Amino acid sequence: MATALAPHPTEEDKDGIPLFAPHEKVYPRAVRGTMRRIKWAVLILCLSLYYIGPWLRWNRGPAYPSQAFLIDMPTRRAYFLGIEIWSHELYYLAGLLIVGAIGLFLVTSLFGRVWCGFTCPQTVWTDLFLWAERLIEGDRTQRIRLDQQPLSLKKIGKKAAKHAAWLVIAAATGGAWVMYFNDAPTLVHDLFTLNASTVQYGFVGLFTATTYLLAGWAREQVCTYMCPWPRFQSAMIDEETYAVTYRDWRGETRGKHRKGDSWEGRGDCIDCRACVAVCPTGIDIRDGLQLECIGCGLCIDACNDIMDKVERPRGLIAFDTYANRTACLKGATPTHHFLRPRTIAYAAILLATLGLMAVALAHRSTLELSVLRERNPLFVRLSDGEIRNGYTVKIENKRGETQVYALRADGLANALLHVAENDQAPIAAETGTTVAVRGDAIGTFRVYLQAPRSETREQPVTLSVRNTESGETASYATTFRGPEH
Amino acid sequence: MPTKTEKDATTGRETTGHEWDGIRELDTPLPKWWLYIFYATIAFAVGYCILYPAIPFISSHTRGILGYTNREALTESTAEAAQQQAKFIDRVHDASLEQIRKDPELLSFAETGGRAAFNENCAPCHRTGGAGAKGYPNLADDDWLWGGTLAAIHQTITHGVRNADPDSRQSQMPRFGADGLLKTAQISDVADYVLTLSGQKAPADAAKRGAQVFAENCAVCHGEKGAGNQEVGAKNLTDGIWLYGGDRATLIDTITNGRAGSMPAWGARLDPTTIKMLAVYVHALGGGQ
Repeated sequence: MATALAPHPTEEDKDGIPLFAPHEKVYPRAVRGTMRRIKWAVLILCLSLYYIGPWLRWNRGPAYPSQAFLIDMPTRRAYFLGIEIWSHELYYLAGLLIVGAIGLFLVTSLFGRVWCGFTCPQTVWTDLFLWAERLIEGDRTQRIRLDQQPLSLKKIGKKAAKHAAWLVIAAATGGAWVMYFNDAPTLVHDLFTLNASTVQYGFVGLFTATTYLLAGWAREQVCTYMCPWPRFQSAMIDEETYAVTYRDWRGETRGKHRKGDSWEGRGDCIDCRACVAVCPTGIDIRDGLQLECIGCGLCIDACNDIMDKVERPRGLIAFDTYANRTACLKGATPTHHFLRPRTIAYAAILLATLGLMAVALAHRSTLELSVLRERNPLFVRLSDGEIRNGYTVKIENKRGETQVYALRADGLANALLHVAENDQAPIAAETGTTVAVRGDAIGTFRVYLQAPRSETREQPVTLSVRNTESGETASYATTFRGPEH
Repeated sequence: MPTKTEKDATTGRETTGHEWDGIRELDTPLPKWWLYIFYATIAFAVGYCILYPAIPFISSHTRGILGYTNREALTESTAEAAQQQAKFIDRVHDASLEQIRKDPELLSFAETGGRAAFNENCAPCHRTGGAGAKGYPNLADDDWLWGGTLAAIHQTITHGVRNADPDSRQSQMPRFGADGLLKTAQISDVADYVLTLSGQKAPADAAKRGAQVFAENCAVCHGEKGAGNQEVGAKNLTDGIWLYGGDRATLIDTITNGRAGSMPAWGARLDPTTIKMLAVYVHALGGGQ
């Protein structure tokens, strides 16, 4: 815990600016207006999706779970409406994340940090927690006063009520999260009858704790210090990006204004600090675009309210571009382009990724084949002098019903094939035989190939399966081993 | 070296009085949350030491009041696993060998269980995967001394070969040379004849003489044409598979000194369900008939 102190005053010391800024608690004031209404709507929409999601049902047939969104860990399957992916197909998830990232880049380059300000879970839950806080402790000034009061029964009661409310919301959040990994109705029943597993309670507890800490205690510090996104969002933003902007060309020179005073020779900003009081990250937007600004636009609502009162036009703070500001400062007419190299590039990448994913999903194979050549023994000498190799063949049937597959081996002269599980005499390898695999399962078969002894120690051979109904095929190249000479 | 402490203007905190090259150290207390977690870990450790085995002595250790032991936890978890298997074990126990082969679920269970039992009990002689070794038959090929059907394999595993079990496979390859049943020249001739049975090269006149010796001494068990007899475990001499070796020197050794390979009766050592699973596993190694 050592902090360096310079023996002689440095530049910072001279200006009285310390290198370390202690955290100052932010008490955002309630505000009404268009932005606030949009925020409430987005909040209700996001929370509804989150809480209702696990309860939606989707009929996939009797062999499958009926939950619309389900990540089933024990069986290593994920279900998203009509899409089912197996654990080794998680690259679909990677595709989804890429789409999410590029989408975020595109939206940010167009409209700034609207993700942060409106839809980010940190913002949504912080807003919800603030709402609960305001209901119990009152608005900004009452909260500040409450915190400054000495400890009293009333204060303890309010604080306890607030934290209890937070914990209830947090537990509901954590509880809903685990439902995406289990059958929701069953899990709710188990959770409340104390029949759920330790792991389930553990995860509910974990997500309850993180929600409570992040949305209740950490709040804007998550955005300012923990989240990497604000650090590189400047790479997406340019002069033509809409962002929450204080129109200094209109507002300056700021100053107090009394009713009846002339507006000549001064700016529209009356320095009332309403924009600072409502800011959830506690910044002054009049300092310009800054890292801490999450672009929620609540200061726009606050300022418009004030402008109405002092009878000046609205929009002193508004979603605006830097280019507009520059133009207005010069007195020129602002122009704006949505189509810029940057936005076109992001849109193109986004469309390409979406297209690739759609193609990949449409062509998703419902059949996969893997072959493990028996190495113990490497090969078997048969009584008629021929050589036999054993293979463990695994056929993945991703369809819901039992499928029959034609299995054959190519590339080995005069070879015979038989499947241990089939009770069949060896048959010409290139003709092959059929095997059945249950729906949504992996069938494992011991397949034997026998061929006359060859001069070469190792010969290539290809095993392949074909779905006798759909014609879908899969093949696997392996080898056929014989003696050294 | 500590000098005098002073108050830092920016933070309002005392310094520790330590100063190195003009850099002074602030006496900042540990963060509260950190400190409380640290105290909590100490409390946890004390509780743990009381509840669980913790402190080692020279020849023993504290037991803890919960009486937890790793060994017991292992016993419990294996018992739990056994309980989960019990359903299948019971079905294997009740089903016939043929029924097991017909039921994909049982077959898969039996093959897996059979593999585990095989690797534990049989692999030392028959090698992993039944690859076999000199004197220990390869179980993955299509040549069987005592029969390769499920029933025959089951019988061989249960009662073994040439041991004290009354039902064990019994037969004896006589010591034709050592016991003076055949002369050295006759043994040499019959070895040449046996070579020709499996298509190997041998002097024609010696083989012709050997055929006579074979018909009189060997055909009883190995058959007139040397095709073997699984009733008595007599090897098929016409194929390419040899238990001890098919070259002339080994043949002469075998005829002179006889062979009496033995296998334990596993019925006395393993439970009937395991033996069933073993039979199914060996049958599926590739040579099952």
